[in-house]
Amino acid sequence: MTASEHETESGPMQVRGTVLTVRQVDAYHAITIVAPGIAARFKPGQFVAVAVGGPDTSMLLRRAFSIHDVRPDHGGTVEFVFAADGRGTRWLAQRRARDLLDLAGPLGRPFPVPRDPVSCLLVGGGYGSAPLFALADRLRERRCSVDFLLGAASGDKVFGALTARRTGRSATITTVDGSLGVRGIVTDMLGQAIHEARTDVIYACGPMPMLRQVTALARRYDIPVQVAVEEAMACGVGVCMTCVLPVVGSDGITRMVRSCVDGPVFRGEQVRWDDVGTIPFDALGAPGWEPKVRRVPAAGHQAPKRADTSGGPVGSSPRASTPGSSDGASAKAETARRHGHGT
Amino acid sequence: MAPDLRVRLGNTELPNPVLTASGCASSGRELAQFIDVSKIGAVVTKSVMLAPRAGRPTPRMAETSSGMLNSIGLQGPGIDAFLQRDLPWLLSRGARAVVSIAGSTVDEYAELAARISDAAGVTALEVNISCPNVEHRGQVFACDPVDAGAVIEAVRARTRHDLPVFAKLSPDVTDIVAIARSCVSAGADGLSMINTLLGMAIDTETMRPALAGLTGGLSGPAIRPIAVRCIWQVRAALPDVPIIGMGGVMTGTDALELMLAGASMVSIGTAIFHDPSACTRILRELDEELARRGIGRVGQVIGAAHEIRGAVGPRIER
Repeated sequence: MTASEHETESGPMQVRGTVLTVRQVDAYHAITIVAPGIAARFKPGQFVAVAVGGPDTSMLLRRAFSIHDVRPDHGGTVEFVFAADGRGTRWLAQRRARDLLDLAGPLGRPFPVPRDPVSCLLVGGGYGSAPLFALADRLRERRCSVDFLLGAASGDKVFGALTARRTGRSATITTVDGSLGVRGIVTDMLGQAIHEARTDVIYACGPMPMLRQVTALARRYDIPVQVAVEEAMACGVGVCMTCVLPVVGSDGITRMVRSCVDGPVFRGEQVRWDDVGTIPFDALGAPGWEPKVRRVPAAGHQAPKRADTSGGPVGSSPRASTPGSSDGASAKAETARRHGHGT
Repeated sequence: MAPDLRVRLGNTELPNPVLTASGCASSGRELAQFIDVSKIGAVVTKSVMLAPRAGRPTPRMAETSSGMLNSIGLQGPGIDAFLQRDLPWLLSRGARAVVSIAGSTVDEYAELAARISDAAGVTALEVNISCPNVEHRGQVFACDPVDAGAVIEAVRARTRHDLPVFAKLSPDVTDIVAIARSCVSAGADGLSMINTLLGMAIDTETMRPALAGLTGGLSGPAIRPIAVRCIWQVRAALPDVPIIGMGGVMTGTDALELMLAGASMVSIGTAIFHDPSACTRILRELDEELARRGIGRVGQVIGAAHEIRGAVGPRIER
């Protein structure tokens, strides 16, 4: 399950890569770096952890970004997308060709791809869509059909809308201000997209509230959903224990798992969305937790909770959390969000 | 000629004085993807407790200028899983293991010490006494000479005689020398210093504390001068007690600074988050720094800054 099982050849590596280009893409920046080893090992959904600030930097924590694309030129390049709204990401945006960047990657559990040619719906919020295009290529290699559903606060914050329209079997765009596509948020259109595409599998990447709602709707339609979560990280490689969230294992036990090595991709229904940011009382090792009484209350607690989630007024609750709209968030919160909405 | 980097830790000879710091390297497995864990002096494992522990809620981390705050809350698998899975893996890689233990009562520490003593292959025990003492209204063991001494005495009594016990000291005290003396009289073979300092950050956008646990431990180069001062004071007072120094070491020169203050070994912590191969890089840099100064043995620099030049030796009064 953990990436740490396999080492060296297939595992991550640390490289000092040369910057090829930094370009502005609507509201975001895309940076391309020569990193042959990382490009060769990359699977869609994985990320890189980048040191920022140069030598003697006062910013000690790596910033983590989903890999958007890898290409074979120059022996292998890696591209990622970010919003330059914090100290570290502003520094990144100021990089120029031939600068050096210290990258560790590819990190984390990639998106699993289906064995059979099925209908896949790829849902992205803000620049959470960045890792979905490499996934789409991979899925099409497997003769899966790919439909896109992308949303953001405004048209310039929907990353990859053109590519989605050009390459997807269908592409639905939503914006909160109505400047591109349908006015609203992605989950408003999810039911319709599922019906029209006869979706078999959903892949989603974006802000946590979006992932939570996508998971709830997928459950309602009984469609498997794979989500790439966004948690603040410090190291990205599994040693700091910062990026944990409550996830139910196949044994029914909730554990605080690291989104960097056990994720960032999880089956949506494994994540206890209501309890993210807390230590659930029945999580392994929670205060007062005891091995002997674990199973009984755990089962009794989870069953009704799930019913609530799938049966609740999903999609009709007020939006505290608009996909990709949180760009006014604190620069301090910047540190190492995986694909950094609001960072 | 390349400097001789070997140092002694109890009955074991370490190939070099560069260790990981507890809590920054897990049990070595993740770092093994980036470095050869058998090439560094030792891996100091994340503090293990008796039972599995989920830790504190998120957010658990905040970046600060040249530092970071963490409030992980000792999340870990518990001693059974550690002995069954983590420790054997580390030893199978040819690494030397210094096991850090943490408890909330004196008895828990003693029990852990006994369990580690029964496991083969451990190089030393590091006792993380910066935990709240549930039997003393949550007062941190490391902040009270009597409590700190009680833990070390209980641990020493249940630890195999040939396994060195190091007490990890907190800098958040009025007189670190008093705590150090108390631990050494209670049977500590050495001292590790410094643990993180208690700090806090507030997110000015949300206008709320940045950490879910409100306060967190400050680490990183921001605290290195405090580490140097603490190591200096304890070395001056207890010159024969070996010290594992830690606190904001980012480079080989930083490691050298702590050794000059009196550390026999140096642990690398927060630097690992910045650079997963920090330990091997710092080891290489330390080697280069010694060679550049024409120093043949790393032992020559330990506490060397204390050597009297001229009439009066430097002293810090406190």
